[in-house]
Amino acid sequence: MKRIVIIGGGTGGTIVANRLRRETAVEELHLTVVDRDDLHVYQPGLLFVPFGLEEPEDIVRPRHSQLHEGIEFIEADVDLVDSERSAVRLTDGRELPYDALIVASGAALLYEETEGLRGPGWGESVFSFYTVEDATALRDALADFDRGHLVVDLVDMPIKCPVAPLEFCFLVDWFLRERGVRDAVEITLATPLDAAFTKPVAAERLGGMLTGRGIGLETEFATGRVDGAERKLISWDEREIPFDLAVVVPIHGGAPFIERSPGLGEELGFVDVDIHTLRAKAAPNVFAIGDAASLPTSKAGSATHFEAETLCANVERVLGGEEPEGTYDGHVNCFIESGFHKALLIDFNYEVEPLPGRYPEPHVGPLALLGESRLNHLGKLAFQPLYWHVLLPGRDIPGVG
Amino acid sequence: MMSRAVDVDAEGFMTDATQWDRDVAAAIAAEAGISPLTDRHWQVVEFMRERYLESGSAPSIRTLGKASGVPIKELYELFPKGPAKLAAKIAGIPKPRGCI
Repeated sequence: MKRIVIIGGGTGGTIVANRLRRETAVEELHLTVVDRDDLHVYQPGLLFVPFGLEEPEDIVRPRHSQLHEGIEFIEADVDLVDSERSAVRLTDGRELPYDALIVASGAALLYEETEGLRGPGWGESVFSFYTVEDATALRDALADFDRGHLVVDLVDMPIKCPVAPLEFCFLVDWFLRERGVRDAVEITLATPLDAAFTKPVAAERLGGMLTGRGIGLETEFATGRVDGAERKLISWDEREIPFDLAVVVPIHGGAPFIERSPGLGEELGFVDVDIHTLRAKAAPNVFAIGDAASLPTSKAGSATHFEAETLCANVERVLGGEEPEGTYDGHVNCFIESGFHKALLIDFNYEVEPLPGRYPEPHVGPLALLGESRLNHLGKLAFQPLYWHVLLPGRDIPGVG
Repeated sequence: MMSRAVDVDAEGFMTDATQWDRDVAAAIAAEAGISPLTDRHWQVVEFMRERYLESGSAPSIRTLGKASGVPIKELYELFPKGPAKLAAKIAGIPKPRGCI
């Protein structure tokens, strides 16, 4: 019997485990998922929590309940991956030997890499929204915020859901207008990029949407430190942005065990993989998926969903003594919330830029690419049930993919 | 220095890395207001070039800070404004895509 170990029971780990379980008989394959906790967060929901549009408890479910029968779930911390011996060592001393390993441990939030971020002012004037705790604390602060300068600051790429800071700007603009205090609040998006987004065509469209809503854009601002006592952000080249409320997206890196595992990660701690086969460069029987992988595509659930198909097929090929095939093309798409109950949809891959059009059928739709529509917004809100009941079980989503 | 034509894109990044040499680098740097290039500049420029030729993409500022041997603060002193972009331009490689 072959053994597959999957590190991480989030979007990627769960989809892949369920898919592999469905495709292979229990007596032929032992599947283990290991994670440090049993809390699966529906991460797209975090964006809505600060505005009271989603309740924190409604976006968290047990990880083990999302896994099909016949998949072992171990709640433990990983110490390191010994890819020479094909074994995962846990911090409690246990070892999990494997025939194939899939790293699906996501991205870690590295608050400590930005000086002062969690220093004075954290939880008072400095917030974030990438965890349930952070998003909930921000919700409580925003409820009373009615004047001053609100700065949304993206410290550095890559981040999970790269459009989230923009969406946050659109939603907070809407939120403050609904409360009748928008005129007393200045909103600025500070980004290390030279435009509102990385992809030129989308950046122009999205930049125009910021201007249209009276949201300021501070480009090429590489945050060096946060001074919460003086309430200002300071860039590495000593530019300053004063704020009354800062919403900071912290630096992302790979899970800590990756750095402790010889040869597994690149400098930022993501698993160094072939961008088309998803196989790690460290060893022929190690793979990575989703945010944990060093892929030049978005760190987003939709990318993970598209990667899963390539990954499962390649794991099966390698276990059968064959070579993996390079079928993943960087495909990702996402709904961008634009406030006022509207959203737009973008779709791209390694080669093709996000372009205006319709998805999934060109010229037909029903969803407008790079155009705002109410239908897109409903698409985003309607997605949570699909996430738990269709995407995680590893089924194909009708019309997507 | 002899005058010599190299191919660049709309933003001034070289499109053919094989046309690059140290004289070209010095000329691009001088045009951007950096002259002369010190050993510390070269350490960064050569690191960028090696990484690009090895991996096919230009390293980001964080990668430079972690792996080039020059800390981020100093990178901003050596290459004012955008160190990753400016060093890439001088190294004769495409603009760092800044991830997606």
